[in-house]
Amino acid sequence: MADILVYVEHEAGQPKKSALEMASKAASLATATGGKVLALALGAGAANTEKRLGQFGVDDLFINDSDVFDRYLTEPQVDAVAALLEKSGSNAVFFPYTPDSKDIASRLSARLSSGAVANVVDVVDDGGHLDARETVFGGNYTTTVEVVNSPVRIFLIRANAFPAEERPKDIQQFALVYEPGPDAQRAVKGKVVQEEGAPMPIDEASIIVSGGRGLGGPEPFTLLEALAQELGGVVGASRAAVDAGWISYAHQVGQTGRTVKPQLYIAVGISGAVQHRVGMQTADTIVAINRDADAPIFQLADLAVVGDLFQIVPALTEEIKRRKGG
Amino acid sequence: MNVVVCVKQVPDTTARKEFLPDNRINRAAVENVINPFDEYAIEEALRLKESQGGSVTILTMGPPSAEDSIRKALAMGADSGVLVTDPALEGSDAWSTALVLSRALARLDYDLVMTGMESTDARTGLVPAALAEQLKLASLTYASRVEIADGKVRVNRQIPGGYQEVEAVYPAVVSVVKGVNEPRYPSLKGIMAAKRKEIQKLGFSDLDLPADSAGKTGEKAKAVEVTPRPEKPAGEVIRPDSPEAAAGAIADFLQAHKFI
Ligand SMILES: Cc1cc2nc3c(=O)[nH]c(=O)nc-3n(C[C@H](O)[C@H](O)[C@H](O)COP(=O)(O)OP(=O)(O)OC[C@H]3O[C@@H](n4cnc5c(N)ncnc54)[C@H](O)[C@@H]3O)c2cc1C
Ligand SMILES: Nc1ncnc2c1ncn2[C@@H]1O[C@H](COP(=O)(O)O)[C@@H](O)[C@H]1O
Repeated sequence: MADILVYVEHEAGQPKKSALEMASKAASLATATGGKVLALALGAGAANTEKRLGQFGVDDLFINDSDVFDRYLTEPQVDAVAALLEKSGSNAVFFPYTPDSKDIASRLSARLSSGAVANVVDVVDDGGHLDARETVFGGNYTTTVEVVNSPVRIFLIRANAFPAEERPKDIQQFALVYEPGPDAQRAVKGKVVQEEGAPMPIDEASIIVSGGRGLGGPEPFTLLEALAQELGGVVGASRAAVDAGWISYAHQVGQTGRTVKPQLYIAVGISGAVQHRVGMQTADTIVAINRDADAPIFQLADLAVVGDLFQIVPALTEEIKRRKGG
Repeated sequence: MNVVVCVKQVPDTTARKEFLPDNRINRAAVENVINPFDEYAIEEALRLKESQGGSVTILTMGPPSAEDSIRKALAMGADSGVLVTDPALEGSDAWSTALVLSRALARLDYDLVMTGMESTDARTGLVPAALAEQLKLASLTYASRVEIADGKVRVNRQIPGGYQEVEAVYPAVVSVVKGVNEPRYPSLKGIMAAKRKEIQKLGFSDLDLPADSAGKTGEKAKAVEVTPRPEKPAGEVIRPDSPEAAAGAIADFLQAHKFI
């Protein structure tokens, strides 16, 4: 099989978890077929991604740390990925399924007349080429998708789809030469505004503690925050809680919010309407706390706890604290 | 400010889906609605028209029945609609959808193209940026605020933890998030007026595209198998008699699954 290219998102040189997950998967696919894992990191600090990427299976790291990537949106990145694909001859590329990478991948798909698959939860070797498994209709169905009539196969991979497994490699670093043209400078980035109480991105979280109308107001969300913090997770919400103004929209899980696939989803005071379920039902493990034994969310739950959230959540946070301490 | 809004008709999420033998969803068998995200794009376009003048055109690729969605948008206040419909377009994927929409846009006069951030059925969110690439325009995606000034369009682009200001000379493609506004309901007067508004129909042959660039023959991401999510075995239901018992049982469960 030809080489697989992994597009690396990083924070000032620290690769995001998605990059390590994708590199691990690419390495296992490539080793089976004698291909290499290539990675591309762009922007300030790109060179510093080398150490971590080398531990997670990357053979060749290409970098370009020009500030164009920090000044302009999407298009310089598309140029760079296209340039590297051409240079390396690789015909499969993994992107994380995040807003930034999604834009890059979809412009790339249009530019190279190549199929892109979103929402990928697995990639399989189908006798010499890669197929994707994708969840559709809110996780109610899984489809196997073959990319055809395309010079490049583009896969957008969900956070937590694969475990990040250490596979130390003798990583080599190369500079990717690329001069941005005027087209690359169409969308100009301005200042970043941090919003008060803006959440961690829930899309990538491994653990989400979500609250619904059952919380009755904004204050009880601090109970969920305390629990989430003990577990190393983040707080999500149903639309009912968001629409009531108890928590911001960025936390909303569901049809008109985010689709999440965490390892653990704890639904607290959420009934489990279909529009909520389609956003979370592919979570690996689901725990629900609800005082109504007939709440539909219980049909999905691996552990269904019938009871009052105001009593159970604080007790649970204490119990976890105690066990971690002991 | 002439705005074209790309609006997709989608099956209502609450409806049960049926698949055709070739793994496509049977759209005839379910109730259809405007993609909920696109209502925000329509509303934002209407507000731009109200503040800047100009027109709002709705562009939809879909089956003939998608005319209902265009009618609804016209009732909200859009001026005209374009429905690209042709059996040859059935089964188009994100790549070809963007290509087809770009060709239809080539026939229209616009300063801005607005889209929703994703469709609730495909949920790829791939069309807006791919469309911008086909049109050779900037893609300002995930806008939670849209502003027009000095020949530029400025958006607050949602990013984790806040937003980033991004601007481009228009024409450009802007996708909006929920929360950018509160979409209006069509008024009775609007509904009556919509009946008289024009919906132009385009077929595949109007688009000047090679036969293998859309529909099933142009498909690049091809579903070769669909499997329903396996029924999950029913989980354990517990009715603890005290908060402490509940906390203990949940903690045991989390520990057994290595979350603690
Ligand atoms: C087009 C459309 C899109 C939508 N998109 C979304 C979406 O993206 N996300 C989403 O979540 N919803 C969405 N909805 C809304 C959805 O239909 C439901 O209305 C919503 O999910 C309900 O939220 P909830 O479960 O928090 O509230 P409710 O359904 O009111 O449930 C509250 C639950 O809390 C329990 N409870 C109350 N008090 C306690 C207590 N003290 N202890 C324990 N349990 C308690 C109750 O038993 C109940 O089950 C959408 C709807 C439409 C029409
Ligand atoms: N068939 C279509 N006709 C018109 N607009 C569409 C169509 N498909 C997608 N779009 C637009 O692209 C956005 C993103 O859709 P998607 O990429 O399918 O998730 C939608 O919110 C629409 O604005």
